[in-house]
Amino acid sequence: MQTIYILTAVLLVLSLFASRTRTVQALRIALRRFMKIAPAFVVMLVFVAVALYLLPEQAMLRMLAPESRWAAVGTAVSVGSVSVMPGFIAFPLCGVLLERGALYMVLSAFSTTLMMVGVVTFPVERTYLGARLALIRNVTSILIALVVALATGLVFGELL
Amino acid sequence: MKSVRQHLWSVSIGALFALFVLASIAAGFEPGREMGRNFLTFLVQMLRVLPCVFVVIGLFEVWVKTETVEKHMGHGSGLRSYVWAVLLAGGTVGGLHVGLPIAHALYMKRARLGVVLAFVSSAGICRIPMTLFEASFLGWKFTAVRFGVSLPLVLLTSAAIGHWLERNHYELPDTKRAG
Repeated sequence: MQTIYILTAVLLVLSLFASRTRTVQALRIALRRFMKIAPAFVVMLVFVAVALYLLPEQAMLRMLAPESRWAAVGTAVSVGSVSVMPGFIAFPLCGVLLERGALYMVLSAFSTTLMMVGVVTFPVERTYLGARLALIRNVTSILIALVVALATGLVFGELL
Repeated sequence: MKSVRQHLWSVSIGALFALFVLASIAAGFEPGREMGRNFLTFLVQMLRVLPCVFVVIGLFEVWVKTETVEKHMGHGSGLRSYVWAVLLAGGTVGGLHVGLPIAHALYMKRARLGVVLAFVSSAGICRIPMTLFEASFLGWKFTAVRFGVSLPLVLLTSAAIGHWLERNHYELPDTKRAG
């Protein structure tokens, strides 16, 4: 986290030395772009806030437990798609799930969709990519996550 | 016209949510309060990263020449452009909400659509710090399988979708590319 601040500061100072007007211009662009996307971010945050309430960690633990492995993979894909959480929460959670007997393929479906598919980030993605492309990208990502889950299942001997 | 409508939609969702949370606080409705807290937590997290991201994007737009990006990530740049996309993505932080604005900036500098898409999805799956973290909790074998299967698929599908959409003259919204 700190690295980002330092990196940004260094770049900014270098830019300032190189040209004052261009740096001011860059900051103007930064502000303008930020303001433009801000509404979409607010919508996304509202979705995140609601999703997080509806799907607390305890509920996830229950849902991803292996009753039927296919049901668990399906649930993992859906939960992973609608949740947003940083890696430093997601992977320890996966670790806990693993200890409680979750299958590797379920965790793989969960973590891959979590990282690649964004239902709640859709308002932001739509603004940048357009609704059609955002949809295509997310659907493709879900399919990829399923393939990854299958491969994981094969490698860890959970399929046969 | 379209942007106004989209704006209205965002503003009304935000306003409704704010009303709901305020009413919940007043009425002591616990779920509403919790959603309000969630909102604040994530807002703070965003505000810690996003200003940096946008400042860097601003600097990128001012200093990096379109020709440079076009040469390395544009049409006719070959397969190496995808290597660039993955390497760049590996260095980002945060996830989709950080990857998307950067992807948009790359596209404005004439990176081709397939490369931009590859960047967005790779920013999800192969950020380096996150991968190290993943491996430490789930093991290297798990991470290796996930990486080995998802990355080629992401690159292939991104290239295919990008190629197909560009042939159909698809353009990202809000991009008047000069020339």
